[in-house]
Amino acid sequence: MNLVFGSVVLGILSGGIYALMAVGLTLSFGVLEVINIAQGMLVVVGAYLSFALESYWHIDPLLGLLITIPTLFLLGFGIEWAFLRPLKQDRVALSILVTYAVALILEGLMGLWFGDNFVAIHAWYVDAAINVFGLYIADIYLIGFALAIVLLGAVYLLLYRSKFGAALRATVQNREAAVLIGIDVQRISTLTFAIATGLTAAGGMLFGATTAFNANSMLDLISRLLMIIILGGMGSMGGALVASLIMLVSVDVVSVAYTPTWSTFVFFALTVVVMVVRPQGLFGAPPARKV
Amino acid sequence: MKRNRMGLIALIAVVAAVVYPFVFSSTEATTIVFYALLYVAIASSWNIIGGFTGYISLGHAAFFGLGAYTIALVADHLGIPGGYGLFLVALLGGVVAALFAVPMGFIALRLRTIHSFVIVTIAYLFMFQLLAFNLLGVTNGSSGLAIPQPNWSGAFFNMPFYFAALVLAVLTVLLAYWIRNSRFGLGLLAIRDDEDKAAGVGVDTWKHKFAAYIISAVPIGIAGAIYAYFSSYIYPQTVFDPMIDLTIVLSAFLGGMGTLLGPILGAFILQPAQQLLTFYTGAAGWDLVLFGVLFLVVILLMPSGIVPTIVERTRRARVREAVQKADETVPTPDANPAAGGGPR
Repeated sequence: MNLVFGSVVLGILSGGIYALMAVGLTLSFGVLEVINIAQGMLVVVGAYLSFALESYWHIDPLLGLLITIPTLFLLGFGIEWAFLRPLKQDRVALSILVTYAVALILEGLMGLWFGDNFVAIHAWYVDAAINVFGLYIADIYLIGFALAIVLLGAVYLLLYRSKFGAALRATVQNREAAVLIGIDVQRISTLTFAIATGLTAAGGMLFGATTAFNANSMLDLISRLLMIIILGGMGSMGGALVASLIMLVSVDVVSVAYTPTWSTFVFFALTVVVMVVRPQGLFGAPPARKV
Repeated sequence: MKRNRMGLIALIAVVAAVVYPFVFSSTEATTIVFYALLYVAIASSWNIIGGFTGYISLGHAAFFGLGAYTIALVADHLGIPGGYGLFLVALLGGVVAALFAVPMGFIALRLRTIHSFVIVTIAYLFMFQLLAFNLLGVTNGSSGLAIPQPNWSGAFFNMPFYFAALVLAVLTVLLAYWIRNSRFGLGLLAIRDDEDKAAGVGVDTWKHKFAAYIISAVPIGIAGAIYAYFSSYIYPQTVFDPMIDLTIVLSAFLGGMGTLLGPILGAFILQPAQQLLTFYTGAAGWDLVLFGVLFLVVILLMPSGIVPTIVERTRRARVREAVQKADETVPTPDANPAAGGGPR
């Protein structure tokens, strides 16, 4: 019983971290209508950056975010500008291919620099644990959850309390109409992709501190993140958060109550089952009929 | 007349493929073309759903793996020894793939939006990979399964596999050709252009998509079985491999999605390129970088693929010629805009 309770708590905490990794994916889908296959790899790049700062220059991973977030922001800016903006026709297919290619290039480069070995980010709060009602929880999970809440809250404020956010939401609702009322959709798109990628740096740091990773981890990650955003409803931020929590709690409970072998399977099976009942995902709008 | 010429070219290509292994009989030479032919079949088959209807499946490698596991399990449980008989078992791989495609297609195609379809098909691939890893009693998990060794060997070893792949490739292309020129294929193309309009003019879009999905699983299942027999040992991560899907989509895309010739051309460019790249760079990471860069360059320079780009260029050149001729005979400058008025 206690074990199951513990796994629920851990599931919620790591769900927050996954939400932080998935929010970039759902944002760029909502605004750009692009499925960013490179998201998993961007998480890994963020993790490697934090790892490199920590192990070469002894910069604390949390402090290092002040460097890694802007770096990934610029990387996202570059990717959108160079590879996504030129796509005019057939955006669905082409964006999948283009971002897959970007992911492969980054995977190759990370492999060349850091090798195949699994690494993990270290800091004092990664190894320390505190006792909460008889449960030992590694500090990093609490810090990670708090950081996820703060950053997701910041994104929420940006979306709902700023002019940029209003323009962004207008673009999500109707791209053509947004152009017509004078919103610079191109600028919104680039900035959104850059912000989404920047956030991913924080998700990457937390991922790297809670999981051993190498460049190849990106496939595992992108498949999970895609399941999260489709379960939550594509383009919905709240959906991504709720879906992350549901997913990670189920994974952790299955892993404790049944067997870790099948825990990852839950990710995919749960998604497919929900799709049967509710094709638009938990929080997705039913597909509008085009006129 | 144009159709006759195309038929002649196709005939020459098939004859060349038949003669090839007798001229270049080294193992390396036949292996490269064996893989290319296998991918011609796979990509042409994928093209039936992905290219014709625009529903891009990133999970068709699941059928490849199903075919591979079918031949391994059937040969093992029925005690079928290695030999030509196993090629018949490979056909069973296609049947099993089709059986699985029924519920898979049923769920994925209900989603109505292409984005969700793409993601659910990705989920399929990973589900099957995990099942292959986890169902120890059936699949032997990560230790993989052996397929009986064929009873021929030596310099002749590749030949039967080569011709099996060739037959599969030719039949798959014929199937795609037949579908493309049928009423059914017309419905599929209408779905790609505008699904709602297609439904509006009386195309039963659901039945069309569903049928196309199931049909496209069959040759891929057979290809997976032939691959398994050829490599004589399979692992979950080599037959349920996301890279297979990437290669399929890229082959179809490189040549021109939705065209008949596209996937053939794409497979014949990509397969040898990929193998040479891995061979010369030693799979250290440079192969991924080069592959990715190549990929980006092609997409950004030729967003519709080789075949449509060439077709469009020759069409434009012809129009220009015609305009020039018209100019020479009747020098009226205002005739130009009308003659060159194709969509840019």
